Amino acid sequence: MIEVRDVHHVYLRDSPLAAVALRGISLTIPDGERIGLIGPTGSGKSTLVQTLNALIRPTSGTVSVDGEDIFAPKADRRRVRQKVALLFQYAEQQLFEETVAKDVAFGPRNLGLPEDEIATRVHEALQSVGLDPDRFGPRSPFTLSGGEMRRVALAGVLAMSPKVLILDEPTAGLDPQGKAEFLQLILRLHAQRQLTVILINHSMDEIAQTTERVIVLDAGRVVMDGPTRQIFARAEELEHLHLGIPQTAQILHRLRARGLPVRTDLFTLEEARAEVLRVLRPA
Amino acid sequence: MELTRYVSIGQYLPRDSVVHRLDPRTKIGVTTLLMVVIFVITDFTGYGLLAASLVGLFLLAQIPLGYAARGLRPILFLLLLTFVLNLFFSGLREGTPLVRLGPLVITSEALSRAAFISLRLVLLVVATSLFTYTTSPMALTDGMERLLRPFRRIGVPGHELAMMMSIALRFIPTLLEETERIMKAQMARGAEFQRGNLLRRARAMLPILVPLFVSAFRRADELALAMEARAYRGGEGRTRMKELAFAARDAVAWIVSVFATAVLLASRWLGLP
Repeated sequence: MIEVRDVHHVYLRDSPLAAVALRGISLTIPDGERIGLIGPTGSGKSTLVQTLNALIRPTSGTVSVDGEDIFAPKADRRRVRQKVALLFQYAEQQLFEETVAKDVAFGPRNLGLPEDEIATRVHEALQSVGLDPDRFGPRSPFTLSGGEMRRVALAGVLAMSPKVLILDEPTAGLDPQGKAEFLQLILRLHAQRQLTVILINHSMDEIAQTTERVIVLDAGRVVMDGPTRQIFARAEELEHLHLGIPQTAQILHRLRARGLPVRTDLFTLEEARAEVLRVLRPA
Repeated sequence: MELTRYVSIGQYLPRDSVVHRLDPRTKIGVTTLLMVVIFVITDFTGYGLLAASLVGLFLLAQIPLGYAARGLRPILFLLLLTFVLNLFFSGLREGTPLVRLGPLVITSEALSRAAFISLRLVLLVVATSLFTYTTSPMALTDGMERLLRPFRRIGVPGHELAMMMSIALRFIPTLLEETERIMKAQMARGAEFQRGNLLRRARAMLPILVPLFVSAFRRADELALAMEARAYRGGEGRTRMKELAFAARDAVAWIVSVFATAVLLASRWLGLP
């Protein structure tokens, strides 16, 4: 469980270039939840997630992971980063090793694990992102496609055996099929490894399809926090923040505005189709 | 760790002053003359006058004098070294001994020489920093390109040099941002950069340098493509949005500095008072 208490962060405090990023964030993130973190550009999403694994030390406030204050003087940052993994935007750009297997091994090796344990983890991690370890392991990461490279990067953080997986726009720049596959992969990992997933994303459809809770940030504050359906029901407020709602919900909202009494909190094409048919063809 | 925000590129301080508005070519020229003057002057009186006029220029440019001192920080060590070396090993055989430290003797002549050489360094840095404080990197490259144009006949690729310089300047912040992101990404995988001996630290840089180079090459490729897509083919026949043009203030600056330099050179070599 991650607990965030009144976290404020100012970049370059005490300088003329000071920029306030977080203004008093408090959150509780229970184990195993799938959370969507949304908000306009510059709302503090990326800053917030970087405070969760001690990459950014907030100006004030506390963050604790499983009851331990991660900014305490004696806190073990490496252990925190092992527990709370963060996949950055365009994560394929962080690959550097000669082979895929070596690159995935980077994290476990930094943790000081024995060689056979490292090998097992690499194998498992590659398998769980859908890359055959025997086929891809010995290849150079730079010969792979963009989508494959991103999977390797994901395997790289999974090999740390984290409890929490934070993904900063993991589908940016992938083609539609690649996006869908990557989201499926995240859902599968959540189920298989009982991961807590925190997903930053600009596509409301993707958020609606993968998360059960949505946190909305604006100007460094939490402005909404609740179950995904409830949050997306507040279409006007979201629109006001330039965030919008999933496309299916948009269509349902419009149908409703034209007098068709449909529910508007449905986010998959199937659900929406069934709902429209239900209303048009009363039994 | 916010690399991007701590490193300022160049030292340009935007102000609305006469010095800022001078044509970059004028500033390059005047700065060059200043350097010549600094090397020609051989006495403290001269340097006193020069220092006073530099202070005047800083005030005119609305650059706080503290900034002039700040520019000296990076060369502090060099300055100290120069001073000490000149103090002990000035090569002056004769002189009035001031202090004796075993085999080392400090003469008053050596002290004065050491002070003079250090002052020369300080003035050089302050004079050039006035130039960088008041000239934006873009203006600087524009000025360079224009000044190099006459040398194209003898094969100096002025436009290309200026273009490379402005591209390099343009990408410094981008690369810094990228470095920061990659560093954090590797730290998220348990990398540490501040631990261990020098060799270990150097090895720890590898996971940053490789991705950085890969992306720099990719960016270079993309930029080249984007430039070619817009039919870039070098400086031949290329027009510019902002043409450099000399104004009355440039004439004033040129006349004053050329005149002052000429007087100085004349007094130096013709033995005038």
